[in-house]
Amino acid sequence: MIKLEKVSKSFHDTLAVKTVSFEVKEGENLILLGTSGCGKTTTLKMINRLITPDAGEVIINGKNIAQENPELLRRGIGYVMQNNGLFPHYTVGENIAIVPQLLKWDQKKTFDRTKELMAKLHLPDEYINMFPHELSGGQQQRVGLARALVADPAVLLMDEPFGALDNVTRASIRKEFKGLEELKRKTIVMVTHDIQEAFELADRICLMDKGEIIQIGTTKELLYQPSSDFVIKFMESERLSLEFRVTTLYDLWHDLPEKNSSNAILVSSDLSVWDALNCFRSGVQEIAFSKDETAEGRSIDINDLTLAFNRYQIRYQHE
Amino acid sequence: MNEPQQNLWQFMSGESDKLLNQTFQHLGLTFISLFLAVAVGLPLGIFIARKRKLSGSVLAVAGVLQTIPSIALLGFMIPILGIGAKPAIVALLIYALLPIIRNTYTGIVGISAEVKEAAIAMGMSKMQVLFKVELPLAMPVILAGVRTATVINVGVATLASYIAAGGLGEFIFGGISLNNTNMILAGAIPAALLAIILDAILAAIQKMNVKKFRKMLYIFPIIFLVLGGFYLLPKAYGSSLTAGFTPEFMGRQDGDLGLKSVYGLKIHTIVISDAVMYQAAYEKELDIISGYSTDGRLKAFKLTILKDDKGIFPPYYAAPIVRQASLKQFPELEGVLNLLSGKITDSIMTELNYRTDYLHQTPERVAKDFLIGCGLYKSARGGKKGVIRIGSKIFGEQYILAEMYRMLIQGNTDYEVATKTGLGGTKICFDALMNDQIDFYPEYTGTGLLVLLKPDPRVSKKMAHDRDSTYQYVSRQFSQKFNIKWLKPIGFNNSYALMMRQKQSKDLDVYSITTLQKYLDKN
Repeated sequence: MIKLEKVSKSFHDTLAVKTVSFEVKEGENLILLGTSGCGKTTTLKMINRLITPDAGEVIINGKNIAQENPELLRRGIGYVMQNNGLFPHYTVGENIAIVPQLLKWDQKKTFDRTKELMAKLHLPDEYINMFPHELSGGQQQRVGLARALVADPAVLLMDEPFGALDNVTRASIRKEFKGLEELKRKTIVMVTHDIQEAFELADRICLMDKGEIIQIGTTKELLYQPSSDFVIKFMESERLSLEFRVTTLYDLWHDLPEKNSSNAILVSSDLSVWDALNCFRSGVQEIAFSKDETAEGRSIDINDLTLAFNRYQIRYQHE
Repeated sequence: MNEPQQNLWQFMSGESDKLLNQTFQHLGLTFISLFLAVAVGLPLGIFIARKRKLSGSVLAVAGVLQTIPSIALLGFMIPILGIGAKPAIVALLIYALLPIIRNTYTGIVGISAEVKEAAIAMGMSKMQVLFKVELPLAMPVILAGVRTATVINVGVATLASYIAAGGLGEFIFGGISLNNTNMILAGAIPAALLAIILDAILAAIQKMNVKKFRKMLYIFPIIFLVLGGFYLLPKAYGSSLTAGFTPEFMGRQDGDLGLKSVYGLKIHTIVISDAVMYQAAYEKELDIISGYSTDGRLKAFKLTILKDDKGIFPPYYAAPIVRQASLKQFPELEGVLNLLSGKITDSIMTELNYRTDYLHQTPERVAKDFLIGCGLYKSARGGKKGVIRIGSKIFGEQYILAEMYRMLIQGNTDYEVATKTGLGGTKICFDALMNDQIDFYPEYTGTGLLVLLKPDPRVSKKMAHDRDSTYQYVSRQFSQKFNIKWLKPIGFNNSYALMMRQKQSKDLDVYSITTLQKYLDKN
């Protein structure tokens, strides 16, 4: 879907991005992760030609974007920014309708789509005539997301979309974001410096440093098969919680005792260890799940879980 | 000044036609120039916001233009654009430019980079970014610039009357020359009100909701043009020749009023400053001007005086007028000032004026040469017995006289001298004398009679054409009313005169005011 081939960019003699290549598959969520100044935002902005690469090619849907009209290209790519970048002189409704207006949709279609998205993003109807400054930061960010999604673009680029929010708001919006049906079929490239966020949202992570890709892979690959010391160090301080996040109950299946209790609460096998622990913390004694539809369910308590997790870890690291 | 004076309200209602006309002219001048300034300044501001490297130099040039004194700027315009509306509008445009360019630039540069990036990332074209995002967001700042420019222009537009572009300046400068406070206020108050009202209207627009604003954007230029249109309304030109008279001449019995009542002269007249009048006549912008008979530019610009065959211009013998108190304080002063008495004839004065006005020699040099020539020059003694303050009006002849008096006082007494030359007009000079700001200045008998004393018309008519009775009347009245003494006349008679180009005078066979009037009636 999106393909970068040996893309480089320098600003005033400093190389910001060095021969970066990667591919993002349709419907995939790739997260560019790294510290400030690592070149991740520059890389992102080269995908919708906000920045023109010095060398290399960016190909979307088989077409080299350098040969396309930049304005038409951008109208087909959703873009979400850290500080929302809403137009202060436009109402919420007008802000969301910018791209439809550029695409010359009729008013009814635009209005219906605006309403639909506002409902999906939990923005009350009456906000449509309010100005961005009258909304809270979290609400503004939802409007920014609605603006990016309104024309249903196949590709969505997000530059630290939750970066300007406080921790509580950030966690809740992230959760909604994950559950949003609209986003499931989109190809997303997202930039963040927050490791937890990256691990929570990514299909694959592209870890960058000093303009270069250090490692690109799934969350598990980064955790258990780090390509260099840099990758290990980068995740060191949050390693345990990351492991809780990437490991699902399904992964632990073989390490769990075979027992079945009728008092257990049924959960999905996709549940991460992190969420399962949260479940126990909230007072649940036992949870139950099954590996697939044919297998018999297993019920576990908190001790089973931690034991299984430890066994799994030892096994995984020696594989 | 014993007769009951008419009050301001009476003056304004009496002159309401003129006042209304001048106000519209003023508005017209302000808005045409403002419209043009926006038309030039806005794109220029946008341009330098794009090419920021150029912003420094463009703003610097606009800033330098802003610092040129308005009178000088108007003066520079005459050789290029003549007199009247064109140079005035260009000058006003130049003054309005800086705030508009600067605020457009600041407004656009000040827009958050994120909003601009969002606009581009949504797929807007450069033009869409400019019109949908940058201009609307910069508009409050741009409007603040327009507001500043408007207030500047209302003020500077008063000076437009100097170059015959009309406006409320006609009353203001006429009033200053004629010692007529009502006339000054009749111009100044409406001008101030215009500035305040326009400022308030623009302030209200500036604070307006952004949404309503979008519609206003289109309405603005139209309002500007309509208001500007007041000025462009065709004026009825009544005659084939054009006269340019100073504001002072316009309001005087021995001026335009006399020309109308005694000669029945009907001529298309515009009001203009005497600083540019002669040149305008020379460059054929004007045909008839109201000059001074000893003016050096008469010779320089090849002009001729039309004979005043019905005698409406009284004699204007020059003499120093001195505060009685100063004469007591400086006992030697009177004798020294009288040294010049009878020494300068009309032709000598014209020659001296020619040297300053046309050859551009300094008044100091001209005065010194003359004093050496007639053996009156003595080098300064450098005494320190007290300071005598000499005043002068703002034209060449008065500067020369002031220099001569300075040299005479410094050479013959131990007094020090401070010169306060270039006082704006008769009223300013005389007020300075009355308020003990200067000790003396050279004044003319006719001016003393008609401008300062303003006696009953019958009284002035009786003596107006006799040199001695005028002199005696003014010196008696001045010493009674003002405690000011007229010393002995210097000799020359610098009266008002109508002038035209020598060649035109020959071509049309017009050599006196009566023949001029006949020529005008025929054509």
